[in-house]
Amino acid sequence: MSSIGTGYDLSVSTYSPDGRVFQVEYAAKAVDNSGTVIGLRVAEGIVLAVEKLVQSKLLVPKSNRSIQTVDTHIGVATAGLLADGRHIVNRARDEAENYRDIYRIPIPGKMIADRVGHYVQAYTLYSSVRPFGASAIIGTFDHDGPQLYMIEPSGVYWGYHGCAIGKGKQVAKTEIEKLSLDELSVVDAVKQAARIIYAVHDEAKDKEFELELSWVTAQNKRHEFVPADLAAEAERLAKESLNEEMEDD
Amino acid sequence: MDRFSGNFDRFSDLFNPYDSNPTNANHAIGDFTKCTRKPLVMGSTVLGLEYQDGVMIAADTLGSWGQLARYRNESRIYPVGNFTVLGAAGDMSDFQHTKHMLDSLMIKEYYTNDDHVLSTPHIYEYLSRVLYHRRSKLDPLWNTYVVGGYNNGERFLGYVDLLGTTYQSSIVATGLGAYFAQPILRNAVEGREGILTEAEAIEILNTCMKILFYRECKTLNRIQRAKVTADGVEISEPYALPTEWSFGEGIRGFGTQTQ
Repeated sequence: MSSIGTGYDLSVSTYSPDGRVFQVEYAAKAVDNSGTVIGLRVAEGIVLAVEKLVQSKLLVPKSNRSIQTVDTHIGVATAGLLADGRHIVNRARDEAENYRDIYRIPIPGKMIADRVGHYVQAYTLYSSVRPFGASAIIGTFDHDGPQLYMIEPSGVYWGYHGCAIGKGKQVAKTEIEKLSLDELSVVDAVKQAARIIYAVHDEAKDKEFELELSWVTAQNKRHEFVPADLAAEAERLAKESLNEEMEDD
Repeated sequence: MDRFSGNFDRFSDLFNPYDSNPTNANHAIGDFTKCTRKPLVMGSTVLGLEYQDGVMIAADTLGSWGQLARYRNESRIYPVGNFTVLGAAGDMSDFQHTKHMLDSLMIKEYYTNDDHVLSTPHIYEYLSRVLYHRRSKLDPLWNTYVVGGYNNGERFLGYVDLLGTTYQSSIVATGLGAYFAQPILRNAVEGREGILTEAEAIEILNTCMKILFYRECKTLNRIQRAKVTADGVEISEPYALPTEWSFGEGIRGFGTQTQ
């Protein structure tokens, strides 16, 4: 790597001569090493799915969740360092509460993305801090319909129809591009999300993983984990399609 | 401070609106920290009772500004979570504050996502601690609350006031309702909680609210009812109670008689 040994990668308050901030890029690397996280935005809601790599068989199932709820109508899925992700979620909760205290309405998607984005960006400015080694996918439902944003360690955020981060992000992105998101129902989006997570999982490198699935639907505009029966169904279909692919090969 | 909720809006010892001495500037501009002990827009009676399916509470929709019937469409019943309902008498701005506070609490419980939800007794306990804390700061939330709920087959009906005083009972009445409606509720409800039907409960509450409208000047015959059953909270739209005033015509000193 061109950055190593040059001395320009030691601090976020130093640019390299060609105008890059290497510490921020390293933070992005930390995200790229984590399990895949995807978000889909369809007409009737948003779906978040996480390939949570299980470090040890001794862990209690469903512990260390990487999808969390902010306020009641926002779901945040994080990739990268779990602890950094939790810190971002905590900040998002504070921002959502603060917005409610002032305006007495739930915080809109673009506002929460903006506020959290600014917060993350502030950690790319000072030599005394390290940028977040985590990206956050924010899904919500506000008066403008379903919203999906992704915040990167640099603090930049964009709105998406579908997005992916983590190890399998390239494959996942091509898979998401094949979907016609506007015509998909939320239930179908859940099934597709599960299928994509199973498809990008690399069994040779990472053995165990847990699938986390959550959604915010137009029906109640609350962020919830997908009901167990539907999640099980989606997981079954995902495994099936994986087997079919193997047979085709 | 007059602790009796029936006298909440009598400015008692704190505030003399006719005092022009600037050293006694105890009005809002002179010493705004004392505003909290000078409630402004007030709600009156809330009634609550237990019946066979759960709990029912009723309140009129008036926010009085002193003697003036200022806000005639003020909802004083509010759901907290899926199986709890809050009825408020007293200062309406403090009630709005409480609603927001409880909303924030429920949101925090929601995103914690640990499969626990606050049931009615938890909410009631929390609220009563807040009220007692505020009275201990000499900065009370000027309300009397009726908390009703239905959780896992158990009815809950509790009372908590601005001092943090609490009690639970199968009938609850605030304000003048404690004098006019409580005896009627006792006769109609106590001992019959398990057999009282929904229609009977509605009838009892309608009767009590009508009597209160006749007797108390700061009420309206436009009321709202809420019930909490195994199916959750259901708050009715405001509706008017039919009233009968013609009996006054034969009474001396009533109405427009000239003699």
